[in-house]
Amino acid sequence: MTEMQKLYLLVPLAPLAGALIAGLFGRLIGPAWSHRATIALMLVCVAASVTVFMDVLKGNVYNGTVYTWMTSGDTRFEVGFLIDQLTATMMVVVSFVSLMVHIYTIGYMHGDPGYQRFFSYISLFTFSMLMLVMSNNFLQLFFGWEAVGLVSYLLIGFWYTRPTAIYANLKAFLVNRVGDFGFLLGIGLVLTYFGTLDYAAVFAQAPQAAAQTIEIIPGSRWELLSPICILLFVGAMGKSAQFPLHVWLPDSMEGPTPISALIHAATMVTAGIFMVARMSPLFELSEAALSVILVIGGITTLFMALVAVVQNDIKRVVAYSTLSQLGYMTVALGASAYSAGIFHLMTHAFFKAVLFLGAGSVIIAMHHEQDMRKMGGLKKYMPVTYWTMFIAALASAGVPGFSGFFSKDAIIEAVHFATLPGAGFAYFCAVTTVFVTAFYTFRLLFMTFHGKPRMDHHTEEHLHESPWVVTLPLVILATASIGAGWLIEPMLFGGYFGNAIHILPQHEAIAKMAAEFHGIGGMMAHAFTTLPFWFSAGGIFAAWYLYMVRTNLPARIRQAAGPLYTILDRKYFIDELYSWLFAGGALAVGRGLWKYGDVIVIDGFFVNGSARVVAATAMLMRRFQSGYIYHYAFTMIVGVFVLMSVWLFV
Amino acid sequence: MNFLQPDFAPAYPEIFLLLMVCVVLLADLAWGEEKPHLAYLLSQFALLGCVLITFATSAPGVVYTFSGMFVDDALADILKMMVYVTVSVVLVYSRTYISTRGMLNGEFFSLALFATLGMMVMISASHFLTLYLGLELLSLSLYAMVALRRDSVGATEAAIKFFVLGALASGFLLYGMSMIYGATGSLNIARVTEVIQTGAMSHTVLVVGVVFIVAGISFKLSAAPFHMWAPDVYEGASTAVVLFIGSAPKLAAFGFIMRLLAEGLGSMVADWQGMLIILAVMSMLIGNIAAIAQTNIKRMLAYSTISHMGFVLLGVLSGDGNGYSSSMFYVVVYVLMTLGTFGMIMLLSRAGFEADKLEDFKGLNRRNPWYAFIMLLLMFSMAGIPPTVGIYAKLSVLQAVLNAGYIWLAVVAVLLSLIGVFYYLRIVKLMYFDEPETDALILPQGDVKLLLSANGLAVLAFGFFPQALMAWCAYAIRHSSI
Repeated sequence: MTEMQKLYLLVPLAPLAGALIAGLFGRLIGPAWSHRATIALMLVCVAASVTVFMDVLKGNVYNGTVYTWMTSGDTRFEVGFLIDQLTATMMVVVSFVSLMVHIYTIGYMHGDPGYQRFFSYISLFTFSMLMLVMSNNFLQLFFGWEAVGLVSYLLIGFWYTRPTAIYANLKAFLVNRVGDFGFLLGIGLVLTYFGTLDYAAVFAQAPQAAAQTIEIIPGSRWELLSPICILLFVGAMGKSAQFPLHVWLPDSMEGPTPISALIHAATMVTAGIFMVARMSPLFELSEAALSVILVIGGITTLFMALVAVVQNDIKRVVAYSTLSQLGYMTVALGASAYSAGIFHLMTHAFFKAVLFLGAGSVIIAMHHEQDMRKMGGLKKYMPVTYWTMFIAALASAGVPGFSGFFSKDAIIEAVHFATLPGAGFAYFCAVTTVFVTAFYTFRLLFMTFHGKPRMDHHTEEHLHESPWVVTLPLVILATASIGAGWLIEPMLFGGYFGNAIHILPQHEAIAKMAAEFHGIGGMMAHAFTTLPFWFSAGGIFAAWYLYMVRTNLPARIRQAAGPLYTILDRKYFIDELYSWLFAGGALAVGRGLWKYGDVIVIDGFFVNGSARVVAATAMLMRRFQSGYIYHYAFTMIVGVFVLMSVWLFV
Repeated sequence: MNFLQPDFAPAYPEIFLLLMVCVVLLADLAWGEEKPHLAYLLSQFALLGCVLITFATSAPGVVYTFSGMFVDDALADILKMMVYVTVSVVLVYSRTYISTRGMLNGEFFSLALFATLGMMVMISASHFLTLYLGLELLSLSLYAMVALRRDSVGATEAAIKFFVLGALASGFLLYGMSMIYGATGSLNIARVTEVIQTGAMSHTVLVVGVVFIVAGISFKLSAAPFHMWAPDVYEGASTAVVLFIGSAPKLAAFGFIMRLLAEGLGSMVADWQGMLIILAVMSMLIGNIAAIAQTNIKRMLAYSTISHMGFVLLGVLSGDGNGYSSSMFYVVVYVLMTLGTFGMIMLLSRAGFEADKLEDFKGLNRRNPWYAFIMLLLMFSMAGIPPTVGIYAKLSVLQAVLNAGYIWLAVVAVLLSLIGVFYYLRIVKLMYFDEPETDALILPQGDVKLLLSANGLAVLAFGFFPQALMAWCAYAIRHSSI
């Protein structure tokens, strides 16, 4: 094993060791040593990730097997690493944000009875996520996929005595099951038609596979790759909370805020985006799948952003904002601008982490009050939180110079160039959402930090800035939220991703953009002539006007909008629909199967019936065992007779 | 008359053991009163000596001696080694049990060693007469061991049944052998094989002979419908003796089958395959189903043995090397599990208390979680639940059956063993989910404690690494006279 290979192993294993230490020996070593151990190991992980990243920048790409788990026929099930530019980027983002969240957690979870357990979980999450992104085969990808899902489940229900938390984690688990089912079917199709689970081997065969068709519904033949890609994308829809599988993410805010930042904003939910980018050699060959992605992404972008406008819970606003931003990334994937999607993933990881962690900081100060209507004027009490969140809000709204501007603008431009069916719709959604995003982000900022304080006197007296363990990650991440955008030139147009991402010539939106790209300065200057910029500015202005100047106006608009407001407030009634259709339907079907299928047929006939037959036979045999020697001897002689007759008559 | 000195070397272990039995008898006579443990220690020493001698005299290839009546090959060496180890473990497990029941004397040990000698002769026989000699030496010792508890009505009854039915089975066997002799004109196994291949004899006579031989062997294996003695003997005899009967002799019986059916009558596979299918199916059916209705754990294990022997026959009936080695693997695994299970019964029994009812296992987990866990492993393995070794044993014989082309038979075997899972898991349920009826302490001797734990863990370890044992069995079959 070379030095680099050892380093690759170190990256995921360090957090795993941390998870084991805090999980198994947490009670023994106490809270302080638990966070020291996990953070020290996270530091190792970050250092190793950065070293790997530097190595990859030099052009050293690795693809190899670490361990063969089992061999079944010709199929090998392996643990392996594929380290290229895409992986390295993800490794750095994941480990870095995770480290920040580890540090932040010291302040946020201080005194919680489950302190060590929490550290164990987040380290375990980091391990799982790294295994997911570093994988070189579908099996390990699926393992990581499920493992992050499991940790997410555990963390949403971290405060397991709250019924709402248990409801939320169950919901997340069930909705993800739907996505994972599609994902597993997709992997199954890959295994069936490609005969291997190894990325490189699958991608090598992809062009031949594109010519193949399969008959899923008798009578209509489909291109083989379309169902594969769409099923894989269903998996991504579950994990990355795309419409209509998005319903779990807002509820996941029941978990502690660091988790919302780490798992439900910065990393895990982007696993779907990463996966599609990783599978670009497959997705490129299926235009049907790309169209589906464009439309789903478009719907999620716009409609989830609209819901964010009417939320009053500070975390829920950020949560719906996350959904909308994930929609942007998905749109980028659909437009074959994978690098733009990953770029937005990275910038979003930073500014969304700030928004969440900042919201968490506010929540600590407000003694776990999350309703923005009871906040206001916090700026003077919490300057660090305010300024970092302000930077993140600018980034989120896409103001030139901040990271969100570069990545979001790149996506909008890419969609503009896309020609696939659904691209027009996606472009419309993407541009419109810029306005909505700016509006809700600044609405949050104004309602929380500006204006007159609306909290009760007791809370106001105790308001103060959070401790350094909370603000330090905020400052670092806010810096990253500004800086990350300036990497646009190398990441998008500099051929940074190399062979990690594969784009067909007819889908080269990014290449067309590269032709028009004249440096960062040019991009910012050009922005002032484009629609998104003015939408963004308009959104900020509207938020300022409605929530700072004419503060009685929102209530009147709400009155006037009537049913429209209700639809948004109830999130398009999707939860109610699912409850009625799936939960109710499943209950009805289950009751039917239970009463008729299970009780009568299975229990009555098969189970109890066969048990009765066996028991009766057993009693009969007992009777033969009479205890008399002559009975026994007679049986033996009959036995000889039977054996003899086999030969005589057969 | 010139007398040719035969080569004694291949039979050194047998000769040594015979001498040692005499030593045990004499020593017990002289010092038995003062030193009751002397016979035990001497017996263990004898077995250890046998291990060393067998190891030292093992030579590659097949060696015949005593005018071709005795053979020494890899199969013989490996099976004998297993017999020594098994008997030795049986003696360790039984020591406390028989000492609290006043049987710790030369009789038990000398009979056990005589039986061992009989098994060794069976395993190394290459002549019908040696086979029969070994078998009778084993059987007579076993009859006497069952009857060792003279004051127990159950034991006496069991011994009489065992003896009478055993005599009948011996009659079958001898009659079958005489038929073979009539048809081929020889009692030498190698010679019989040659003659059968020439085909110059009455096929009818041969097949009648095979039927009687198979019936005789089935009795030894306790395969249905020649199994009726087993439940009664298991229940009536003392647990130590049952452990002895249920373990090592099965290894010898396997050797017997290999010498007689696989080697001697190997070219008649087509004739005995059908018979073995009937025996196997009946054994698995009767064994698994009748076990459900039992309340006595020894009786239940008797039926369990019957069904396991059905599985052993499944491996044999495929009639090729792979089948034989998978069958051997099954026997070895069976012996391993039987040792542990009966060891556990003896562990739980005390003076005046037999622990042979199913209820006696209730709440074992509360009384002693470690032994409950060991018993759980053993029961899982008996039932064939991964990751214990039992699943591999079943898997390998089923593989052999499939290779022989009997898919339906494999399906039947799986279904019947599925029924069997019930009564094994019932013990697990009793141990873990029921309240204990007694809180008597379990205080085993140090060596029993260690050995029993190792025994249970071995079931798990071989479940993770079955290859080594499997390779050993395959080696034994490949380098034998078959």
